[in-house]
Amino acid sequence: MTETTVVKLEGLEKSFRTPKGPLAAVRGVDITIAAGEIVALLGPNGAGKSTTIDMLLGLTRPDAGTVSVLGGAPADATGAGAVGVMLQTGSLIRDLSVRELVTMMASLYPRPLDVDEVLQLVGIDAIAGRRTQKLSGGETQRARFALALVSNPQLLVLDEPTVAMDVESRHAFWATMRTFASQGATVLFATHQLEEADAHADRAVVMAEGRIVADGPTNEIKAKVGLRTIRATVPGAPLAALMLPGVESVERRGEAVILRCTDADRALRALLEAFPEARGIELAGAGLEQAFLELTSVNGGSELPVKEIVQ
Amino acid sequence: MKTSTFIRYELMRNFRNRRFFVFTIGFPLALFLLIAVPNRHEDNLGGSGISAPLYFMVGLAALGTMNAVVGGGARIAFERVTGWTRQLRLTPLRPRAYFGTKVAAAYLSALLTIAVLYAAGIGLGVSLSTGAWLQMTALLLVGLLPFAALGIMLGHLLGVEAVGPTIGGLSGVLGFLGGVWFPLGDGVMRDIAQALPSFWLVQASHVSLGGPGWSTTGWLVVAGWTVLLSLLAVYAYRRDTARA
Repeated sequence: MTETTVVKLEGLEKSFRTPKGPLAAVRGVDITIAAGEIVALLGPNGAGKSTTIDMLLGLTRPDAGTVSVLGGAPADATGAGAVGVMLQTGSLIRDLSVRELVTMMASLYPRPLDVDEVLQLVGIDAIAGRRTQKLSGGETQRARFALALVSNPQLLVLDEPTVAMDVESRHAFWATMRTFASQGATVLFATHQLEEADAHADRAVVMAEGRIVADGPTNEIKAKVGLRTIRATVPGAPLAALMLPGVESVERRGEAVILRCTDADRALRALLEAFPEARGIELAGAGLEQAFLELTSVNGGSELPVKEIVQ
Repeated sequence: MKTSTFIRYELMRNFRNRRFFVFTIGFPLALFLLIAVPNRHEDNLGGSGISAPLYFMVGLAALGTMNAVVGGGARIAFERVTGWTRQLRLTPLRPRAYFGTKVAAAYLSALLTIAVLYAAGIGLGVSLSTGAWLQMTALLLVGLLPFAALGIMLGHLLGVEAVGPTIGGLSGVLGFLGGVWFPLGDGVMRDIAQALPSFWLVQASHVSLGGPGWSTTGWLVVAGWTVLLSLLAVYAYRRDTARA
């Protein structure tokens, strides 16, 4: 299974008709995923992640471009039972216990995992006898994860899996995903949280406005989009003196200066040490959405907005 | 892949649903007792040559099974809304097998309705030869085919809120025109009724008079509706899944 291509998306495009005219959700996406990779599809809401995943799975037909999953059409891969999926939306069917529902799903696949093992792995063995309509939001998500896992898939596709989960469920969820992936499966998950991509994927493909704006190891991506800004009023300080450690660029805005930082913590310490008289200090995350847009050519190089301070 | 397991759980879901019992068994049984007990000594209901208990037994079995089979398919509407059908499309389960499961579960529910109504009918003195019982049951099961297709079609066409009222209204009208409540005399109404599949479901009781139960017209009407509604069901399914 080494170095085989599991997913190959080439030139994918998709528009939807809306009352305001056609909306280009995906505008030319190329992604290749090799066996065993854990890839995060990272981007703000509306970036085209779900549409891309729907096309990958054959649920939506692309306007242009090709999709290949495990060397064939998506329908062949899913039809063979090789793909485990947790879609973004969806509830469970009623009137079955959790164990019965997972067993029912397992019966559809040629090589399912042991149901009890899956329940334990996902951490829902304690509620295995409970009816699906009586689960909490987090429990429902975990049961849906169990449905995706029980097929024993070669490719696991998760669309914003942790959205409805509490913190505890999230931890358990990612630990399970890791355990499963360590057995050689390929994983693609969509998220709009940089931290999730950074913590749980080897590689991140960043999407914004229907295009891929970055693709690489998560630590590199994080360095690119994880910029933060410091805004402060520093009387009498020349701009050049503000190019402190951890600062990437400096600009003056009226009374105040804005420091764009690759390492804001370090920059802030240096700032206070060099200019103890600095005041009105505000630290702002770039905002992931804005950071993504920074990466697109449309908006590239423009300044990050920092909330106005009323002094 | 073990489709039998899948069907087994599908059935379990049916039988755990209280509304299923109320509407497909309790409701027709109660109506049968209400209408047949006072008329239990009527041997020739409305000149049909059939006793009241037998006539109403089959009439209400027809109504109950009609509801069970249409309702079984229409459950697809709920599974579309919850995203379950999307999830199933990503499994090795083929659409044909999915519909087959729905129809099989609906038919097993229908058999239960039939058994309960037969037991009640026997309690009121209905007596037929083994051959006649079997023939009547077979006609009921064949007569339900168009309704199975209708259910799948409605499941893909309707929103969840519309399912209940639509099935209620349809089975009310089809049951009434089909002669569930009284034998239809000769006339315009009977001419119209003969073109409906529900009429022939109710006519299954005619096996008690000897002969085949259904005329050639009956077989043609049932076959015609089955083909037509199956095509419409396929169309509704395609339209529904190709939307994206």
